[in-house]
Amino acid sequence: MINVPDEAATREALGPGLLKAAERSEIVVVDADLGKSTTARLIADQYPERFITFGIAEQNMASAAAGIATTGFTVIASTFAVFAEHAFDQWRMSVAQPNLDVKLFASHGGVSSGEDGASAQSVEDVGVFSSLVNFTVCVPADVVEAEAMVAAAVDNYGPWYVRLGRAKVPTIYENGSSFQVGKADTLREGNDVSIVACGLMVDRALQAAELLSDDGIKARVINMSTIRPLDTATLFKAASETGAIVVAEEHLVHSGLGALCAQALASKNPVPMEFVGIQNRYGESGKWFEILELLGLTVEGITDATRRVLSRK
Amino acid sequence: MPDLEIELICKQIRRHIVRMVYEAKSGHIGGSMSAVEIMTVLYSEFLNHDSERPDWPDRDRFIMSKGHATPVQYAVLSQFGYIPEDELKTFRQLGTRLQGHSVLGKPPGVENSAGSLGMGLSFGLGQRLGLRLKGSGANVFVLMGDGEHNEGQIWEAAMAASHHKVSNLIGLIDLNGIQNDDFTEKTLNTNSLANKYRAFGWQVRDDIDGHDVASVREAFLWAQSTAIEGPVALQFNTVKGKGVSFMENNPAFHGAPPSDDQFKQAMTELS
Repeated sequence: MINVPDEAATREALGPGLLKAAERSEIVVVDADLGKSTTARLIADQYPERFITFGIAEQNMASAAAGIATTGFTVIASTFAVFAEHAFDQWRMSVAQPNLDVKLFASHGGVSSGEDGASAQSVEDVGVFSSLVNFTVCVPADVVEAEAMVAAAVDNYGPWYVRLGRAKVPTIYENGSSFQVGKADTLREGNDVSIVACGLMVDRALQAAELLSDDGIKARVINMSTIRPLDTATLFKAASETGAIVVAEEHLVHSGLGALCAQALASKNPVPMEFVGIQNRYGESGKWFEILELLGLTVEGITDATRRVLSRK
Repeated sequence: MPDLEIELICKQIRRHIVRMVYEAKSGHIGGSMSAVEIMTVLYSEFLNHDSERPDWPDRDRFIMSKGHATPVQYAVLSQFGYIPEDELKTFRQLGTRLQGHSVLGKPPGVENSAGSLGMGLSFGLGQRLGLRLKGSGANVFVLMGDGEHNEGQIWEAAMAASHHKVSNLIGLIDLNGIQNDDFTEKTLNTNSLANKYRAFGWQVRDDIDGHDVASVREAFLWAQSTAIEGPVALQFNTVKGKGVSFMENNPAFHGAPPSDDQFKQAMTELS
């Protein structure tokens, strides 16, 4: 296990996680000239033949990854989230339709590429990959969960999309904590309202719950780090026990975690919901935390939404 | 196999192609007819395969990148023991294994999913890279259309194949001169594909008559020995709709089925 600092970027888990996975599994890592940034390139020193770069050619990387997988390897592809989207149809036809064992770890997800501006910020990647049949889609809350996800992805057959970030965010989990795919983690109990979050918004949800408790509001905080398949059991339980739900995500609200939760709840147990996320716009240049502020993805954004949803109960 | 025997098989495969598309009332005849000799000679004499063991790890792979040419693919798979001939009737029908465009594993012997053009060479490249890591010298053959080379992804794969010195990867270009809307030179002129592949570091043959069994055989022999060194492309000069007079070189028969009268005439010409 990597030494876990108080703050770390989830991308920092990829290289160390792959090194461990290579000890016990037949993996091949493919790259599109971003192996240093995603940290996937760490594997190249120890396993040079297991690291294949395709240059700045994400479409070729995606279809070739699928071809490698047909020969009996688990293939891990990595690039930036926006460039993963560049090859959407390759992920669809070469990987998703034949259900091949290819894992896509996409770094610089959300607005974490900050200063690079709108083109480098993936505000839609979770929705894009959630739209593909057979894909498991995950967003880790911190570096510890991210490393556990690398292991889980390698150990579970099928296509995966995992969004990693560049921003150094607070570490929530203790060293060595486990991750179970398709299982949400309730980090804080409460029966007045549930805050369902993923990625860096989980830490902000925990901070919001703490503030709300000062006003006597007991908020449950759920880390829904598997977006697909959604842990509907935990979601339905939260709806019936707390009667109101806030979803917080670093993503467009119309196609991410919130939309999927709302769809699930609408057919089973509709309760008042509020959505903290990006509203039909792209980002812009700035420090990543400034952009989150600009977009309202803040602790205050979550506490405001919580008060709104409580007024509708 | 004697040339005459292969030619008889080719005629039978062409009859299956026309009948499948006629009965389904949809499908791609032209680009299937142009690839008949390429695929028949490959499966008869060069592809190391076994229909009894379609998952045999060391088998050669055939990748259909021009995934609309399923009529020729399914007819060939039937000829070589992968599909009962009777099943060809189910082409494009609800519940069939024989979808309009190739689906990996349906039936066994179909090695990739295709339909969106331009992905097969990348897929085959990945297979060769994986096989190389496994220590296997199995060949990977990838059949592509000439119009398909409009897609940029093919050139990404071509660049990567020579960069990584990928041996035993053999690209097959069915140069029939016609794509969906019109002739390729009117739609997007690809000029010399052979010269482009050479520039990308491939060994290339472009003097092949894709409908002459001896010429096709000789090209495959050359490719087999040359591909040990690195990637190889064979440009087969073909005629779209080959074998039926009114379909030959006719863009109308890229993706349209024959009428009743046309079907009768085609089957007469192929008898």
